[in-house]
Amino acid sequence: MRYSGFRVIKEALTGHKGWKPIWRNPEPQPAYDYVIVGGGGHGLATAYYLATTFRQARIAVLEKGWLGSGNIGRNTTIIRSNYLLPGNEPFYEFSMKLWENLEQEFNFNAMVSQRGILNLIHTDAQRDAYRRRGNAMILAGADAELLDREQVRAMYPWLNFDNARFPIKGGLVQRRAGTARHDGVAWGYARGADLAGVDLIQNCEVTGFRIENGTLKGVETSRGYIGAKKVGVAVAGSSGRVMAQAGMRLPIESHVLQAFVSEGLKPFIDGVITFGAGHFYVSQSDKGGLVFGGDIDGYNSYAQRGNMAVIEDVAQGGMALMPAIGRARLLRIWGGIMDMSMDGSPIIDRTPIQGLYLNAGWCYGGFKATPASGYAFAHLLATDRPHDTARAYRLDRFERGYPIDEKGMGATPNLH
Amino acid sequence: MLIPHPLLGLRDAEEFTYLGDASLLDRPDPHAPDAAQQFYEYQHLRDNPAGIHRELWFHEQGDRSWLIVTRNTLTHEILGAELARDAKGAKA
Ligand SMILES: Cc1cc2nc3c(=O)[nH]c(=O)nc-3n(C[C@H](O)[C@H](O)[C@H](O)COP(=O)(O)OP(=O)(O)OC[C@H]3O[C@@H](n4cnc5c(N)ncnc54)[C@H](O)[C@@H]3O)c2cc1C
Repeated sequence: MRYSGFRVIKEALTGHKGWKPIWRNPEPQPAYDYVIVGGGGHGLATAYYLATTFRQARIAVLEKGWLGSGNIGRNTTIIRSNYLLPGNEPFYEFSMKLWENLEQEFNFNAMVSQRGILNLIHTDAQRDAYRRRGNAMILAGADAELLDREQVRAMYPWLNFDNARFPIKGGLVQRRAGTARHDGVAWGYARGADLAGVDLIQNCEVTGFRIENGTLKGVETSRGYIGAKKVGVAVAGSSGRVMAQAGMRLPIESHVLQAFVSEGLKPFIDGVITFGAGHFYVSQSDKGGLVFGGDIDGYNSYAQRGNMAVIEDVAQGGMALMPAIGRARLLRIWGGIMDMSMDGSPIIDRTPIQGLYLNAGWCYGGFKATPASGYAFAHLLATDRPHDTARAYRLDRFERGYPIDEKGMGATPNLH
Repeated sequence: MLIPHPLLGLRDAEEFTYLGDASLLDRPDPHAPDAAQQFYEYQHLRDNPAGIHRELWFHEQGDRSWLIVTRNTLTHEILGAELARDAKGAKA
């Protein structure tokens, strides 16, 4: 189905009776060339690029629930490419460039909004660190600007600049960063993949792998056995569980991250603000709700809901930074399961099992990576070579001593 | 979450710092011929179960003991807690 202003007006005048489901609901075939496990953002994007850019056929996406029922529909929608390390920054900048053309690419409104992200600075040490990060970003072709206190004040005069513990001394801003409509991204990729012939198979849980002599033959599912030449697993928070079915242990722990939305307020936050020191970040949705969050709860979890202590911590961070929101009411809180890796960076690689590929370890930051992750995973699946920007995301990097540890925390997943 | 501390009774999980899987108590033998491989697996690989998990919590805001807490990661239900010292001692 194509979209246009004309079509919207026509449908409005005829009772919206002409809209149809935008993807098929096919029965699984006995075998495919490519099976992607997980119908989240990364799985759908992978199938989309496999079918379009890499011109492959006989592709299926197997999703245990409905498309977009995982983290792709649970995140706080921030997209940015403000990383420091050479293993990361070119990848995220590649993703940013794909975001900038995404809606034209798949002809669907993903509400990509480059409203800018501001990381607040409170100390000289932090300013030095952000100056270094900004330079690393610029070297990788991204944009970055260091702001002083008065420049931050001009953007957001109502922030609390004189908090005794964390006075605002400036900020690092990436103006090309912003937000996108998370569901729209899933639907856009799903529709594009379906149009390119990919079978999107919902309510189909992968329950096992058929492996013979170290080579993958296919997957066992709740809807029967499906043969496959290559299987790409992109199940985010469920990575450990799914790969255990192939006898693998991963450098990953599953943790819960919570998100919060307030009642609708008049527009007053134009961009994204992060207050890392206070475990708080916020943006305002187009409907007016404040969308905010903080740190992960910090203990292993598959519960998709968190505890009160973090809710309190996030609320305190918000109040310390912007007392003006004190009387806004919280409307919704939810949680999603994060695949926290041992260095806080992702994995896009083959596995020791021939024909089985892994895309995992996105922690709390995989939404922004959706386009590049799908592109790079499709590249790897189609060509058996890593995409240029994803070469560092090897599964064996921990064994070889090449972690990509942005925060310098070591092998402690709950601190990344 | 309330953790049933064996010495202090029910304590708020907020008083504790979380480390991770209790398998971190089983440090490999550094003199084993495959020590490098064992340490890699010890430090980096996890079972990461959906269900019963034995895990280390440090009573940082309390008596500063390490506990092994048994908890269901699907529900957050806490099934028991013991002093890591006792568990480790029992094994040695
Ligand atoms: C509260 C919260 C806030 C976040 N905020 C941001 C943010 O602001 N910016 C950002 O960049 N990132 C953010 N993230 C992270 C981001 O959402 C994730 O890293 C990313 O969505 C993960 O990739 P995905 O979309 O493919 O995952 P998912 O959507 O979780 O997809 C995985 C899919 O696999 C399916 N699955 C699992 N097991 C099986 C099986 N056995 N068989 C078949 N299917 C299976 C699941 O049902 C699921 O649909 C946030 C996450 C959360 C929870």
